[in-house]
Amino acid sequence: MSARVGVVTFPGSLDDRDAARAVRLAGGEPVALWHDDAALAGVDAVFLPGGFSYGDALRCGAIARFSQVMDTVKAAAAQGMPVLGVCNGFQVLCESHLLPGALVRNAHLRYRNRPARLRVETSRTAWTRLYQPGAEVVFPAKHGEGRYVADEAVLDELEAQGRVVFRYLDNPNGSMRDIAGVTNEAGNVVGLMPHPEHAVDELTGPSADGLGIVASVLAHLTGAADTSGVSR
Amino acid sequence: MSHLNVAVDTVGVADATPDEKQPWAELGLKDDEYQRIREILGRRPTQSELAMYSIMWSEHCSYKSSKVHLRQFGEKNPKTPRLLAGIGENAGVIAIDENIAVTFKVESHNHPSYVEPKQGAATGVGGIIRDIIAMGARPIAVMDSLRFGAIDHPDTARVLPGVVDGVGHYGNCVGLPNIGGETYFDPCYQGNPLVNALSVGVMPRSRLQSMQASGVGNTVILLGAKTGRDGIGGVSVLASATFSESGEDDARPSVQVGDPFTEKLLIEVCLELFDAGLVVGVQDLGGAGLTCALSETAAAGDGGMHVDLELVPLRAKGMEPQDILASESQERMLLIVDPAKAEEVLARSRRWGLLATEIGTVTDTGRLVIDFHGQTVVDVPPKSLADEGPVYHRPIAEPNDLGLIAVDRAETLPRPTSDEEIRQTVLDMAASPNLCDKTWITEQYDSSVFGNTVLGTPHDAGVVRLDEQTGVGIAISLDGNGRFARLDPYVGAQLSLAEAYRNVAVTGATPIAISDCLNFGSPEDPHVMWQFERAVTGIADGCQKLGIPVTGGNVSFYNQTGRDAIHPTPVIGVLGVIGDVHRRIPLGLGKTGDTIALIGETREELSGSEWASVKHGHLGGVPPIVDLDHEMKLAELMSRLAETEQLAAAHDLSEGGLAQTLVEAICHSGLGAQILLPEGADPFTYLFSESSGRVLVVIPRGQELAVRTACEQRGLPITPLGVTDANTDGLHLRDHFDIGRAELEASWKGRIGAQLGE
Repeated sequence: MSARVGVVTFPGSLDDRDAARAVRLAGGEPVALWHDDAALAGVDAVFLPGGFSYGDALRCGAIARFSQVMDTVKAAAAQGMPVLGVCNGFQVLCESHLLPGALVRNAHLRYRNRPARLRVETSRTAWTRLYQPGAEVVFPAKHGEGRYVADEAVLDELEAQGRVVFRYLDNPNGSMRDIAGVTNEAGNVVGLMPHPEHAVDELTGPSADGLGIVASVLAHLTGAADTSGVSR
Repeated sequence: MSHLNVAVDTVGVADATPDEKQPWAELGLKDDEYQRIREILGRRPTQSELAMYSIMWSEHCSYKSSKVHLRQFGEKNPKTPRLLAGIGENAGVIAIDENIAVTFKVESHNHPSYVEPKQGAATGVGGIIRDIIAMGARPIAVMDSLRFGAIDHPDTARVLPGVVDGVGHYGNCVGLPNIGGETYFDPCYQGNPLVNALSVGVMPRSRLQSMQASGVGNTVILLGAKTGRDGIGGVSVLASATFSESGEDDARPSVQVGDPFTEKLLIEVCLELFDAGLVVGVQDLGGAGLTCALSETAAAGDGGMHVDLELVPLRAKGMEPQDILASESQERMLLIVDPAKAEEVLARSRRWGLLATEIGTVTDTGRLVIDFHGQTVVDVPPKSLADEGPVYHRPIAEPNDLGLIAVDRAETLPRPTSDEEIRQTVLDMAASPNLCDKTWITEQYDSSVFGNTVLGTPHDAGVVRLDEQTGVGIAISLDGNGRFARLDPYVGAQLSLAEAYRNVAVTGATPIAISDCLNFGSPEDPHVMWQFERAVTGIADGCQKLGIPVTGGNVSFYNQTGRDAIHPTPVIGVLGVIGDVHRRIPLGLGKTGDTIALIGETREELSGSEWASVKHGHLGGVPPIVDLDHEMKLAELMSRLAETEQLAAAHDLSEGGLAQTLVEAICHSGLGAQILLPEGADPFTYLFSESSGRVLVVIPRGQELAVRTACEQRGLPITPLGVTDANTDGLHLRDHFDIGRAELEASWKGRIGAQLGE
């Protein structure tokens, strides 16, 4: 039986269908979760998709943090459930304090959509275990508020603990230390700005590198020892 | 609810005070129009009625100047079983196969985008998206066709970034990929920028919706945002008049403010309601707000309608009934539902956090009756508002300067002759505002949300997958050329049509329908009306010839400041279908060893060209020949070669000619091209002529003979030009010159941002 990955729809979520497609293509079973419903429907992992939850009111991700579903997600994450946040999902994870730091307005002050070359810095997370550390992947980066910031001390700690998961090779937004994605101490919660769910085949994306994200969590959930890289 | 202390102008009051002076002229009505309203009603109109007639009978809503010409579209449209809904609907609906239909439309939001660029452009995108929803479709993509004044004019630095921000912000937040479009600069658009937005949606054929308010006793529900004071007078005052030369009009309060988040909820709620079979009729609220939605749904239905206006949720205090009726607050839809299902409609809306309010009932009175706190403020036959507005036969006069323009041919202008001069011209043209890389603009748009964008900018057409199982998809291109239309509006309109048609065909798709946005000056100028009539006739004749119907569109008049009108600018959106998107033909150069060839004939056609404009500031002569028979053969060939997978890449030739097409293919592919011009060809003409009906194709090794044969069978001239070579640095034009990639890219890239100081 394939693992069940919940995809949360907040009002204003835009990439929920695309996240579900990525789960399906990687061999998982996508399960729709609703922002206003605390039930996680027995899922094995949670994918918080991109978009503009609650219209980005107040700050990106600031309202989603208080949603019913996030209460349960926070509790489940503390128990080790794999949670991924992409773009707005990453913002929600930072606002929820499941991940350190914050995403602020791009340094150049514009929304920018570019294929982003990223280096996978660690395979020691639930969502990257099938990548080779140091592998280069290409995911579309498209956001107006994607500049990763944190205190120097926090950044040093992230680096020291190997919790920087993705780094931009051509920093598109002024993120500190070129950080595109980070993980929590346990390695089960990962957030990143670029969109792996929009890099699932060469027909519609800049690469198919994104499939490795969901494939990794499926491998993690089944406890597979296979760590052969899926990346190029 | 606080009620007004001001006495409301009711039907009773109107009856009792027939001689009350009314501001009909200030509202844009003519004397005879006002008299006709009195005849229809048998009394003077109330203030609310006067507001409604002035809006519905405005140029924007009634098409009173264009109607007599637009009829041609219906009369000449080829009959096709694909057309499920056509002109007169919110958007045309085209069958793709036995299950799926597509709806698409292009519309202008020109005047608001000049007054307040960001919100003007944003609400233009929002408005066209609601047209798509109203047909029952899920919007799946947007495109934008933008025209600005000179790139180095200070006001362009105000208008352009705002418009791009607005188009991007709305589309990105509502979650629609922007799959293409165009951006042009010309001083004629300085005070009248053009912002034309296209949206396309997909639906199961069974979900097609109607705008009829039918079924006596059915409930009228207003869905979406609260109603405020924004946009009052948008269509009658702003869109149906010319800007004054002094530029002192402050029309900003007439521009609406958009909220894409609410629009996203509207999409989801409407589709959920349609799928659950809860909706009898639906209409979007755009220009003319409730006035338009109420009168159009009532007029399309079989009875009448009663509305209690005080039930409309408001976001501003003290709004009078005519303000509520005229407000153009965005992100609202009107639903007609069975009263037994009304509660479920309200509940499903609440689940998404979207406001839904019962405001009225379908009646059998044949009248649209609107009460405000129990007092009747409107009592009219709805058809008199929606369908029976004035129709004008405006005077038409051929411009006096036509003969002079025709003989002032660009073919006689001084040209570069030496190889070095031609080489420099290639670089200068690549760096010119209309030909340079538009990434600064397009990277502000999401292009991949939904995960179905197969080709987007900078390909000739956007290609979107509709069905992951079958691979069926659509291609759309949006094209206009104001300069050609200025030289000859009939031929110019057909050239735009031919280009959009070809751009779709170049991807391997088969063109099946068009939508048009007709941007012109003042209809009160007989010369402008002449241009309009010629352009409409050109499009109607062209579509008849090509066998594809006009499914709808939009007319934007009064794009002029003082006496200076814009170039007549018909913008054409062509929709095509492709059986399997995996077989689409991309832009590029294939791989090393592939053959580069040109299909079509290159004539000495430089009048109206980008070269004449950039190098000489010249516009004169006659535009290139348009040959629709040739275009049809070319389209059939491309579709065939896509099916048999015998092309590695293809690219349409248009502004800037062959030189620009090569520059784009080289820069996009990262490969080099070795080119040898045909014997006896004049290099300058061959590189910069803008002859229509040409495509650069890249043929994989081993397929050269098959492709040549396919061309010859169809009587299409094909000329081998050279080969793709990864080891060639940029463009190698044998016997003439080389341009390295770095130099090409330095010319072509980064121009827009640099011009705007970024």
